[in-house]
Amino acid sequence: MSMINVATSVAARAADGEAGDHSLAIETRNFYFYYGSFKAIHDVNVQVQTRKITAIIGPSGCGKSTMLRAFNRMNDFVYGARVEGEVLMHGRNLYASEVDPVEVRRRIGMVFQKPNPFPKSIFENIAWGARINGFRGGKADLDELVERSLRGAALWDEVKDKLKESGYSLSGGQQQRLCIARAIAVKPEIILMDEPCSALDPIATLKIEELMQELKKEYTIIIVTHNMQQAARVSDFTAMMMLTDDGKRSGTVIEFDDTQRIFTRPKDKRTEDYVSGRFG
Amino acid sequence: MSAPTAPNPPRTLLPEGAQLSAYMAGRHRAGWLWQTLFLLATCVGILALSALLYNVIDSAFGFVAVVEKVDAATLAERPLSELTKDELVAILQANLSRGAFNKLEKDQPFADRSRENVLDVVYERVVQLKVEASYTLTASLFNRAAIAQEVAADFPDAQLEWRSWLTPQFLTTPMSSKPEYAGVRTALLGSLSLVGLTLAFALPIGVMAAIYLQEYATKNWINNLIQTNIYNLSGVPSIVYGMLGLAVFVRTLEALTSGALFGVTDSNGRTILSAALTMALLILPIIIVNAQEAIKAVPDSFRQAAYGLGATKWQTIWHHVLPNALPGILTGSILAVSRAIGETAPLVVVGASTFITADPDGPFSKFTALPIQIYNWTARPQAEFRNIAAAAILVLLAMLLTLNAAAILLRNRFSRRLY
Repeated sequence: MSMINVATSVAARAADGEAGDHSLAIETRNFYFYYGSFKAIHDVNVQVQTRKITAIIGPSGCGKSTMLRAFNRMNDFVYGARVEGEVLMHGRNLYASEVDPVEVRRRIGMVFQKPNPFPKSIFENIAWGARINGFRGGKADLDELVERSLRGAALWDEVKDKLKESGYSLSGGQQQRLCIARAIAVKPEIILMDEPCSALDPIATLKIEELMQELKKEYTIIIVTHNMQQAARVSDFTAMMMLTDDGKRSGTVIEFDDTQRIFTRPKDKRTEDYVSGRFG
Repeated sequence: MSAPTAPNPPRTLLPEGAQLSAYMAGRHRAGWLWQTLFLLATCVGILALSALLYNVIDSAFGFVAVVEKVDAATLAERPLSELTKDELVAILQANLSRGAFNKLEKDQPFADRSRENVLDVVYERVVQLKVEASYTLTASLFNRAAIAQEVAADFPDAQLEWRSWLTPQFLTTPMSSKPEYAGVRTALLGSLSLVGLTLAFALPIGVMAAIYLQEYATKNWINNLIQTNIYNLSGVPSIVYGMLGLAVFVRTLEALTSGALFGVTDSNGRTILSAALTMALLILPIIIVNAQEAIKAVPDSFRQAAYGLGATKWQTIWHHVLPNALPGILTGSILAVSRAIGETAPLVVVGASTFITADPDGPFSKFTALPIQIYNWTARPQAEFRNIAAAAILVLLAMLLTLNAAAILLRNRFSRRLY
């Protein structure tokens, strides 16, 4: 239901001339996130650009992953999770009561820290997402979708002869690209990546980074990373997160800017200290 | 600076040198001691199991002293085993009263009986084989001469025969009041249909409850209370379930469990259905707890991956959680089935028959089960009943092993995971 609502609302807002910046993929306004009484995220306002790579960096435990998961409501499953403020996609609050979180996740895909293919064949790993989302094509269409997704994740040439084999027969880096292929098979608008390379070796990491540059032609990517070189290499924008000073251990975005500026002329002293490796 | 002195070795609180090797030896000794202890514990277990098997097998095979009331050799010119069916029927007609012969004809016309069946009847009714004494396997193997002497002295007419009380015939003949001719057919069929029906009730309900508790129920005090009570219920003595089954299924729901609602008129509430419902209650907590554990063991990353693709909760459960939990759920039901097969107390209360010769023919029939039969036979005074009780125990154990093996095969089939 909400898919149509979102679409019409976008059209309506565009007609009103207030849909605003079409280059915005997703935006948070005065966003707070709570686990029970613990405030994990404090007052975040960021604007994520369409078809760009936005990195979220910051020291451990500052709420980067929580922030990332807030974008596609993956935190809903955590007991006691609660939000204040808005996460806007096409001008619509994803946390509004009439929005279906399942549909949000269908349109904002996710790649996890540890490669987590399903214990199924490579083919089924890709096809499953399409099937459960009501894929109407026949066998040939499905074959085509699987091939297109695997090509999109730069994995096709390596697996085209063993589509029936288990997803777990692949190497770690291949598994992670399989997960990316699986995510793009359902045609999301945004792909969230939660430290996608932290379990991979440098060569596999490089492949994923190259892949991200390809993917950003079609998708908006938000990536959490611990690796500042990676953030500097791949991202267009960077959000620097840090714990608030009030001693409540809530995370907040202290600076959000062009990646180049964050790494060369940050405004905030703490960002400068962090990116220059003085702490963190 | 004076001449260099040997630097003081840094003082350490850890043992060094000879002290260290002594200390190491002590640590290894302690480890070895524990290992021996664990090995001994395992041996005790194996010993107990062997003693149990020995005890059963000892009674199930051995020599018997058999007396023929009528010498089989006098009945015909050739040995009985070589006679045709018609000749055997003629022997029956000649040696039985008219009434007894007609009754046999009424039970099952001779025209329909097989030759083997008629031969059995001849042995049972005319020759009247009777076991005067039976000996254990151990005695038969090691004390054969003494047994032969004893039999010759006490039962001069008797023949000493080797007898296995567990025979194919034992499986296919119904209950009889004479141990020589009794079998476990009715009990075996009763046990099998009971377990089947029990699982049909308990497995779906148990798994569904486990899914709800594990995947849907939120953490609150009511759900915690339910969870705790399920754990407690699996420890309730089975006789209590028997009382419950008697009150609810046999008495209150008699119209349903006797089949009266479905047009069955010749039964009361003491049916297979009542017993299966009672047994289902008994094993339900076991199935729920085990299924919950199996569901809990499915890696959360599968759920996350599915949700991340826009799957609903149910799609995630159906496509990922359940298939991956299935092997564990099956393992749990193995345990539950083993329990159900061996339970006796609730069946006694719910009203299993101890003497019944008709096969169970549906959920509304009277029934008996293997443990009931064994219990009943061991309580009889004649020694031969203990022999067939031992044979029945072997049947029960074999059935248990077969069902478990089937479940394990099924489990391995499902758990041939792709990773």
